[in-house]
Amino acid sequence: MFNIKSIRADFPILQRQVNGKPLVYLDNAATSQKPQVVIDAIVDYYSNYNANIHRGVHALSQEATDKYEAARQKIQHHFSIAKAHEVIFTSGTTQGINLVANGFASLLKKGDEVLVSALEHHSNIVPWQMLCEKTGAKLLVIPMTEEGTLHMEAYSEMLSEKTKLVFVNHISNALGTINPIDEIIFKAHQVDAAVLVDGAQACSHVKPDLKELDVDFYVTSAHKMCGPTGVGILYGKEAWLKKLPPYQGGGEMIAEVTFEKTTYADLPHKFEAGTPNICGGIAFGTAIDYLNHIGFENISVHEQELLEYATEELSKILGLKIYGTGTEKTSVISFNLENIHPYDVGTILDKLGIAVRTGHHCAQPIMEYFKIPGTVRASFAFYNTKEEVDLLIAGVKKAKQMLS
Amino acid sequence: MKDIQSIQQDLIDEFSLFDDWMERYEHMISLGKSLPLIDPTLKTDEKLIKGCQSKVWLHSELKDGKVQFTADSDAIITKGIVAILVRVFSNQTPEDIVKADTDFIDEIGLKEHLSPTRANGLVSMLKQMKLYAVAYQAQLKN
Repeated sequence: MFNIKSIRADFPILQRQVNGKPLVYLDNAATSQKPQVVIDAIVDYYSNYNANIHRGVHALSQEATDKYEAARQKIQHHFSIAKAHEVIFTSGTTQGINLVANGFASLLKKGDEVLVSALEHHSNIVPWQMLCEKTGAKLLVIPMTEEGTLHMEAYSEMLSEKTKLVFVNHISNALGTINPIDEIIFKAHQVDAAVLVDGAQACSHVKPDLKELDVDFYVTSAHKMCGPTGVGILYGKEAWLKKLPPYQGGGEMIAEVTFEKTTYADLPHKFEAGTPNICGGIAFGTAIDYLNHIGFENISVHEQELLEYATEELSKILGLKIYGTGTEKTSVISFNLENIHPYDVGTILDKLGIAVRTGHHCAQPIMEYFKIPGTVRASFAFYNTKEEVDLLIAGVKKAKQMLS
Repeated sequence: MKDIQSIQQDLIDEFSLFDDWMERYEHMISLGKSLPLIDPTLKTDEKLIKGCQSKVWLHSELKDGKVQFTADSDAIITKGIVAILVRVFSNQTPEDIVKADTDFIDEIGLKEHLSPTRANGLVSMLKQMKLYAVAYQAQLKN
């Protein structure tokens, strides 16, 4: 059963006040809040079994290693991944993307093409620009429609035997649009191109079945999924991960080292140089357990209710424009009040205890498309309530009255 | 002409009349609205101080030994603070501008807007005003 009251009680931060008002946290697309069980997992690790992993013969090291590898398996099962060693722990989505981009530097040549969607986060564009500069490959952008969805016909036409890689986000962070990734992957595979999907915005809302999607690479971050910051995963198909060279050199990633030659460790350690974020990985596992305990079906139903209600109520405000009006959306609303700067709206909302994001959301190309300096973005999580939406609406009205 | 300290004191007195943040903000917004318009030809990239969130344009001239500032912003709350800074520092000697402090912003309860992490361009604007003053000071000495 989905009991919002008991869910909210799981999150200590939701009990605090901001500027003398109860916190209304609507910046979930930036990062999610953490439930007590995740905080406890972090404290438990450092209080009871902190040790370096994969090499100690002592009890603590064994315990920490077991818990860390158990977390990897949890992640494997959660995302329906065939083999545990196809799960690479990273510091987060951005590192996962860079790892793949770096690996492809040795596989691409002049004349090859890399496709990136116009809905991307900066971090998903820059590594590919660098890759293309290095290899002479061409970077092409899949255009966006007025509704903020990907232009699928244009995409189909852009694909050719020159296409080697396609990069899209599962869900746009700025607009909340859900991309048709199954179709994107299917079509890319018809021309033998690999696909990397950025799942940073998606994984707190949906539970992707990576086996069924047949995606080549998928990256995400724990902190958007009620887990700690500084940890994430890269999923890669075994064949691809074997083909890519290691990303960083160091401890853990080697099998044998002489001055003449180093043999790399097997997967996943080949890509996990140095001491990893052990505590983060374990707490990520706890966060995944927690989300599954709430249930993604329940999460989706509740968030869609909030999205519909907020969209309906916001639309009633005269002069308010919502960006990203595709039908397939997660609980993110990007909007502006006519002739009012998003920064001003965000500032007033903050004074009312309401946390939203303002600005370009690291997606300047999208803002350029709409010819706006940025938007106000409210993003809802399963622990938000209808009452909080009401406070947002009242806050936006107040801001409009003060700023007009 | 009032000196910087007395203008700052005026502002502190003015803002102390308000009981809550909402009234303070409304006052700040009205100050922003009453800021004389900057000559559109001056709103060039050269005069632009880029914040991540809002933009500020700042122009300065030296007239009769005093610095004249004109400025603008695309966000009205930012513009309110811009208006306050222009009121405090415009029509003052470079020397006075260089040595003036800005603690009054804290006293009128608007400190959060001058935080470097706020990325609204105001910290850079203040720095730029001081830099102009330093430059004019050097110019006057020669």
